[in-house]
Amino acid sequence: MTHDEHVGDPSRTGEPASLLAPDGALKTSSETSSEASTEALWDTSLEVTAELVRDLYRWMRLTRRLDSEAFSLQRHGELGLWAPSLGQEAAQVGSITALRPTDYVFPSYREHATALVRGVTPAQMLEQWRGISGCGWDPAALHLHAYTVVLAAHLPHATGYAMGVQRDGTDEVVTAYLGDGATSQGDANEAFNWAAACHAPVLFFVQNNQYAISTPTRLQMRTPIHQRARGFGLQSFFVDGNDVLAVHAATRQAVSQIRAGGGPALIEAVTYRTGPHTSSDDPTRYRDQAEADAWASRDPLARVEKLLDARDWWTPAWRLGLDAECERLGADLRSAVQSFGPVELDGLFDTVLGGRSALLAEQKAGYADYVAAYEEVSS
Amino acid sequence: MTRLSLSAALNSGLRHVLEEDPKAIVMGEDVGPLGGVFRVTDGLSKDFGAERVIDTPLAESSIVGTAIGLAMRGYHPICEIQFDGFVYPAFNQIVSQLAKMRARTAGHVPLPVVVRIPCGGGIGAVEHHSESNEAYFAHTSGLRVMICSDPQSGHYLLRQALACGDPVIFYEPKRRYWEKGEVSDDLSLAPAFDRAVIARQGSDATVVCYGGMVATCLEAAGYAQEEGRSLEVIDLRSLSPLDLDTVCASVRKTGRCLVVHEAPGFAGLGAEVVSGVTERCFYHLEAPVLRVTGFDLPYPPAKYENQYLPDADRVLAAIDKLLEF
Ligand SMILES: Cc1ncc(C[n+]2csc(CCOP(=O)(O)OP(=O)(O)O)c2C)c(N)n1
Repeated sequence: MTHDEHVGDPSRTGEPASLLAPDGALKTSSETSSEASTEALWDTSLEVTAELVRDLYRWMRLTRRLDSEAFSLQRHGELGLWAPSLGQEAAQVGSITALRPTDYVFPSYREHATALVRGVTPAQMLEQWRGISGCGWDPAALHLHAYTVVLAAHLPHATGYAMGVQRDGTDEVVTAYLGDGATSQGDANEAFNWAAACHAPVLFFVQNNQYAISTPTRLQMRTPIHQRARGFGLQSFFVDGNDVLAVHAATRQAVSQIRAGGGPALIEAVTYRTGPHTSSDDPTRYRDQAEADAWASRDPLARVEKLLDARDWWTPAWRLGLDAECERLGADLRSAVQSFGPVELDGLFDTVLGGRSALLAEQKAGYADYVAAYEEVSS
Repeated sequence: MTRLSLSAALNSGLRHVLEEDPKAIVMGEDVGPLGGVFRVTDGLSKDFGAERVIDTPLAESSIVGTAIGLAMRGYHPICEIQFDGFVYPAFNQIVSQLAKMRARTAGHVPLPVVVRIPCGGGIGAVEHHSESNEAYFAHTSGLRVMICSDPQSGHYLLRQALACGDPVIFYEPKRRYWEKGEVSDDLSLAPAFDRAVIARQGSDATVVCYGGMVATCLEAAGYAQEEGRSLEVIDLRSLSPLDLDTVCASVRKTGRCLVVHEAPGFAGLGAEVVSGVTERCFYHLEAPVLRVTGFDLPYPPAKYENQYLPDADRVLAAIDKLLEF
């Protein structure tokens, strides 16, 4: 990777490392190793096989299908809000698939690929966006924490979790996802510094999708994120976030270094938020269509399709199978929203504290009495 | 029974916790070799090691934030915030993360984290070192708020706070750190952590107080006794949830109630007690429930604090009003 040897040289921030060009050309290992002479520590050990490429492509397609279905469910009034992952599939899929299933992950709120790969069901996935619960799954069971909406608040959690891993003496790696905007938060800077100070086994994965709602990255920071990481004492990687192979290779490399005791790392993956910030946003107010069009030529799925075509790494039958799988996912999401029943407030009183609470017990009983009296009157 | 200062009684409580619970971790600024600025963690890093008694970077948000992560991983962190006025950088982590995690994960992620905060004035400190901010946290669903008043309650409550399994904001009145008392370490004798205790029995009026004000109210009750007035003093200990049963049983007996706290009165804990007592004991009340509190000013420079803080005289003046109503 561009192991960030350019710190201190503002004239050169370096191009993000890549393996698969937008036109589907795969850099040969001699190309990547010649790159290694200038861009230190480029991991050429990633064996690009048909199976790997198909697997990554499959997750990206499923993620895209999930995203488009959820978005339209929001438009049909079934979900309160949706934060689209469109355009960021390579960054998310390339990274989450480089982790072990037991490596604990702290997503932000847009990393739907992490949830898919970790086995969150369609119904579990939609609960939060429908307004049924704060998190539809059991975080400990899936090693996937609840989405965190307060920007960067989960980064100290990741660091703390990693301190626990250190104390347990196991070789897990903790990963936290964040956006470019979130790197401005105090909690992000505290977590980067703290993780470095205690050499915690944690990876901070930044999807630099160019925008924090409407605010472009250039208004957010002066020094690129991967350069700042170095200043904290984090190993730093800078990668084309629309290149699933490069992201996968970078994450594998970062994670194996962390696992081997090399200390925390940060990956900045350069990508583009193709859709609006959320279903409530109107990007036409702050960015030109020309910009979005330019990024469309760098679509993360298209280049993999070109590679699969060129190498003849997929068959029509496999493609049809995947199409059908995507349609099933869409149908499952639609039936999931139909399966949700009405909610009952009284259950909420029991999840606030583990031990007893005179206050909550009284309010719960009072509400039950009120409901019972109301039902008597209306029957 | 041993005679200990509050600081030493808390220290002994932490020792018990570290000995009995291998997952317990003490963390905060300068809690290691220094033993904390109030020496509550004195000697712990020597005896339990730097892995379990952690000198953290100077970052309150992350002290609570990493404690949350450690708790998710199965650890039981006890954080120290160095002074009351420095908890605000951690406000988001406490209010939006620590407090809400259990509810937002439908009970899947309980967070047994204790946040210790030396609180209150009376020690002639510079600004930001004398605040009483319990109402912010008592107002937050998902937290327990506890406050000790003397060495025994400090020792018991701190051990109970970690054992209860819920997030606890744990206040220690710093003006009482060096006051001594008899301390038993037999937890089976401790009152339940969510119960108020009657610190002094009486029959003419109920004085509800907590933390540093308990000693002040007991002092006032002593003077009142000389004038033939019998005050029942209740030490709340648990500020959230409140033990209104104990308070109301007393008020039904005395018919009169005064609430005393250091924190400013407006929208403070006292208002909650007044409301609870009025709702539950209306026909027993012989007088309106009154409050003696800090004024609604920023905590003043040290030379003013004797006038700012409720003392025995202000308590007695309110008792006069209450009994003469
Ligand atoms: C502490 C905080 N402040 C503000 C917000 C409102 N908000 C939600 S997302 C967002 C932009 C975040 O941008 P970025 O970190 O780049 O991530 P992206 O949404 O682009 O994935 C803002 C301002 C928030 N959720 N949390």
